Amino acid sequence: MTAISRRKLITTGLAAAAGVSALAVAERLARRYSLIPPDHGGLYGAGETLTYAAQRVIGRHALAREFPRSMISNPPFGNELAPPSPEFKRFQADGFRDWRLQVDGMVAHPLTLSVSDLRSMAVRSQITEVVCEEGWSYVAEWIGTPLSGVLEEAGALPQARYVVYRSIEKDWWESIDMVDALHPQTYLTWGMNDGDLPVRFGGPLRMRVPRQLGYKSVKFITHLTVTDSMKKFGKGLGSASPEGGYAWYAGI
Amino acid sequence: MPTAVEVEKKKKIRHSALVRVTHWLTVVAFLALLVSGLEIVVSHPRFYWGETGNVNMKPLFTIPIPASRDTVPTGYGYTMPDQNGWSRYLHFQSAWLLVITALVYGIASLLNGHFRRNLVPERRDWNWHAYRDRIARYLRRQPPDPAEAASYNVLQRTAYIAVIFGLFPLMIWTGLALSPGFNAAFPWFVDVLGGRQSARTLHFILTWLLVLFFVVHVAMIAVSGFRSRMRAMITGRTADSPARIKERS
Repeated sequence: MTAISRRKLITTGLAAAAGVSALAVAERLARRYSLIPPDHGGLYGAGETLTYAAQRVIGRHALAREFPRSMISNPPFGNELAPPSPEFKRFQADGFRDWRLQVDGMVAHPLTLSVSDLRSMAVRSQITEVVCEEGWSYVAEWIGTPLSGVLEEAGALPQARYVVYRSIEKDWWESIDMVDALHPQTYLTWGMNDGDLPVRFGGPLRMRVPRQLGYKSVKFITHLTVTDSMKKFGKGLGSASPEGGYAWYAGI
Repeated sequence: MPTAVEVEKKKKIRHSALVRVTHWLTVVAFLALLVSGLEIVVSHPRFYWGETGNVNMKPLFTIPIPASRDTVPTGYGYTMPDQNGWSRYLHFQSAWLLVITALVYGIASLLNGHFRRNLVPERRDWNWHAYRDRIARYLRRQPPDPAEAASYNVLQRTAYIAVIFGLFPLMIWTGLALSPGFNAAFPWFVDVLGGRQSARTLHFILTWLLVLFFVVHVAMIAVSGFRSRMRAMITGRTADSPARIKERS
């Protein structure tokens, strides 16, 4: 072995050791600051983790772009829905008066709220764009109750890390971290463009998460669960989306 | 102390290890981005200009293919297999690979003088004459100048600069402008492009410009000696000395 190759071997070894320890430090920091998404494993886990961590570092509290009223899409576009279940039809028949939102999990006071209960809380509106992963988009005015207000009312515990939300439609559920859950533009939406939220657009109650793609804005919300871990929900990947091959974090 | 032979070897290196590694990483990322990007486009093969666009609005242009979703009226009465899930995961993971590779390549090439030495056209070539001469040489199929065995000619330099400092940065820019999270943090990123749908349309057009570069690039390599060029980009060395290039022609 010549002197040069020995020196090379030592420097390569040192560089490799430094690389491995840098990765270990990065992982500890990422865990400490909650920068690792629930679907971090598998073939595409690295890209997903980098995207989620980068956006949590650079734009944690940034607001989604809002638009002037003149830019509201007329007519808006909503994807075709699956035929409503008999249960949904029963709620629809009496104008969703019996629709209930259950709030449970890591909260001091579990709640059961009707849409009119939500309307009597703090009301906000935003003119934001719905962006579908397919590529299309539209702008609408969304009127609702900030999720942060509901979480405050329920007394979400300090160790809470995610809010899981479910649709009345079977197997349609998502979750967001507390950064998005407490974000001022994340609403439980019951109104759209100066009227009630139409069924086509998720009425009577839709989660709006405007900093993420449309598939995080789940329609027909009935249930919120506050939790500190996604392990016990579904396959533990964060939501139904990764189970179907889609990223949990859709802020891309 | 390097021996005389080692110094000699070093001199003959056509592409540095940095260029070779980042080149192939870019190839992997580019092909993965291309395939996954086309898969994503198939879910809505319509393009718009401005902020918003959907099937209720008039498209700027439409790709005449069936879509992978039945939400898009394409007139074909047939939907393609939907591959959006893994395509999106792969697209963004490859985008990270591309960006990190580009940063390593860009910073190192600034520091070690690769840009200055090999990519910025030489001072004497800063005129139309130089371009015209080199094009004429290609058209007449004349052998390359011996100096081209060690570095790039003016057309290559210009093409690489356009791709490295023009197309790829624009591609990354228009891609980031499609991210709702990123747009929240930096709204001007998408606003200066004329809106979200404009960014998507530009991203698509830029794809074809990069594909055009890719096709010409590979064709030129095939014409000028596929095996020796591949060897140079893989091992760094080329068997061709300037003398042999002359000989062969």
